[in-house]
Amino acid sequence: MSVLVFAESQGGQFKKSAFEAVTYGYKTAQVLGTECIAICLGEAGNAADLGNYGASKVLSVADSALNTVDSQAYTSVIAQAAEKNGASVVVLMHSATGKGIVGGLSARLNAGSAPGVNQIPTNDGAFRVKKNVFSGKAIAEVELTSDVKVISVMGNSFQPEVVGSPATVETFAADVPAARITVKSVDKVQGSVPLPEAEIVVSAGRGMKGPENWGIIEELAELIGAATACSRPVADTDWRPHHEHVGQTGVAIRPNLYFAIGISGAIQHLAGVNSSKVIVVINKDPEAPFFKAADYGVCADLFDVVPRLIEAFKKRKANS
Amino acid sequence: MKLLVCVSKTPDTTAKISFNADNSEFNGAGVQYIMNPYDEWYALVRAMELKEATGGTVTLINVGPAENDTVIRKGLAIGADDAIRINCNPKSSLYVAKQIAEFAKDGGFDIVFCGKETIDYNGSEVGGMVAEYLGMPFISFASKLEMDGNGATITRDIDGGKETVGVATPFVVSAAKGLAEQRIPNMRGIMQARRKPIDVKEPVAFDDLSTVVSYDMPPAKAACKMLDPEDMDELVRLLHEEAKII
Ligand SMILES: Cc1cc2nc3c(=O)[nH]c(=O)nc-3n(C[C@H](O)[C@H](O)[C@H](O)COP(=O)(O)OP(=O)(O)OC[C@H]3O[C@@H](n4cnc5c(N)ncnc54)[C@H](O)[C@@H]3O)c2cc1C
Repeated sequence: MSVLVFAESQGGQFKKSAFEAVTYGYKTAQVLGTECIAICLGEAGNAADLGNYGASKVLSVADSALNTVDSQAYTSVIAQAAEKNGASVVVLMHSATGKGIVGGLSARLNAGSAPGVNQIPTNDGAFRVKKNVFSGKAIAEVELTSDVKVISVMGNSFQPEVVGSPATVETFAADVPAARITVKSVDKVQGSVPLPEAEIVVSAGRGMKGPENWGIIEELAELIGAATACSRPVADTDWRPHHEHVGQTGVAIRPNLYFAIGISGAIQHLAGVNSSKVIVVINKDPEAPFFKAADYGVCADLFDVVPRLIEAFKKRKANS
Repeated sequence: MKLLVCVSKTPDTTAKISFNADNSEFNGAGVQYIMNPYDEWYALVRAMELKEATGGTVTLINVGPAENDTVIRKGLAIGADDAIRINCNPKSSLYVAKQIAEFAKDGGFDIVFCGKETIDYNGSEVGGMVAEYLGMPFISFASKLEMDGNGATITRDIDGGKETVGVATPFVVSAAKGLAEQRIPNMRGIMQARRKPIDVKEPVAFDDLSTVVSYDMPPAKAACKMLDPEDMDELVRLLHEEAKII
């Protein structure tokens, strides 16, 4: 028996989420009294490093066909590794890559699945794990009854924890199926932190009045290493790109800190951001519903407050 | 082209979420239901556009009980030609995917569309499962899809950006924002929908491998701390010392 963790890489480096996944897999393996094995596909980071987070060994499939994400190929190779290593639980991240694989993998392995979990499973007679449902408005406890189980973990739910030392790396001889998807071009968002992985997010809404006013939002975000986001009408009117749209019909995020600036806090918006650990709301309307979901509130004109906040952060930086 | 669109029914985005007394089931009393927005706004509308451009048929499939017919009728009003409902009360995504795949496997569909996730269970699973059962390629989170030659060029959301891929038909695709623009059904569509067939089929046997055993509400937030707008140093201090973030 084992817990098999897929550690995602990007551009030949492990993503922080790879370490989150291994930390989750290690803790799950402890619950089940077994070992945690990691697998990396294509051009990956330094595979032995995954041992630091609790992997007892790392399987590496360095086939260049796996440098691009082909859900079928990934599903097939991870399924082969799960079968060879008697995995009872397969752990993925609930990232774009993970979401592309989680369904296919559970169908392939005839495995019950829990996509988007945010807690470590329990195993007292039954294997159960919790996940958010109704776009973060509720939590469901899911019981998985199959021999093999597939779990995908919400990003930023678990911080990577160093518990061990570098692991041995084994080449895993997988049968990589021929690609049925050809990649024509890749267009990465340059420079900024990808929204779903960001620990701090600065988000703004219609209160900004127009796209020409976003300078202060970008300046604040850059200053504190945050990703930028927006409400749906802002993306729909092309003030900001669509990939910044957060909420029930946009990206769901759970950063450590979420700034909501000139956003009213409609229920559909809150649904995608209410799992954020700390929420700061800046809005001139004292009745704005967002204040009910906030930890810290500033009720004033954002065009006065945001520049002041930028100055305050600059001062703190200079003094530290 | 033969197009199949998987549609699901979800509570309206403003629905109050509550559960029965022992927290084992969603309390649907008084809840308005809608077609899952990703299925309706993006998957179905893009399928309609392809049909309008090149001819063919758009078939809807829903796995669910008779009360789902209202949602299916909305899809027919938007323009789908016909619909299948697999008559059951599904409890897991794998069960739903199995039913869809059983129906689709001999259907000769060129493209199977679904939404990128449902707004109730937020799984993002069904598309990938259907593709696996059908042995078809799966392209997740498509925000653009153009037919060319014997396949399609699809732009999809990946971690930290977008990627454009080519794929031959048949394939399964999940629809994300941008794939199409929402359409409001017109009176003629609504009238026509009444006469379009919804074929009801019984499910194939399949054991659930996952079940929700209980629901819970997220812990309540403490009251919001209101700050002096003149003093942003204080906010920065609190984020640093109290929330321990920055
Ligand atoms: C099916 C469905 C799905 C939806 N999905 C989403 C979703 O995923 N994400 C989403 O965001 N929305 C979604 N919506 C839309 C949602 O209902 C709201 O309309 C939207 O979130 C409002 O955006 P906003 O807060 O930017 O704008 P508004 O509601 O217009 O709010 C602007 C806010 O800015 C404040 N303001 C104005 N000027 C200033 C100033 N100078 N200083 C300080 N504050 C100021 C105002 O007081 C107000 O509170 C959805 C709606 C539906 C029906």
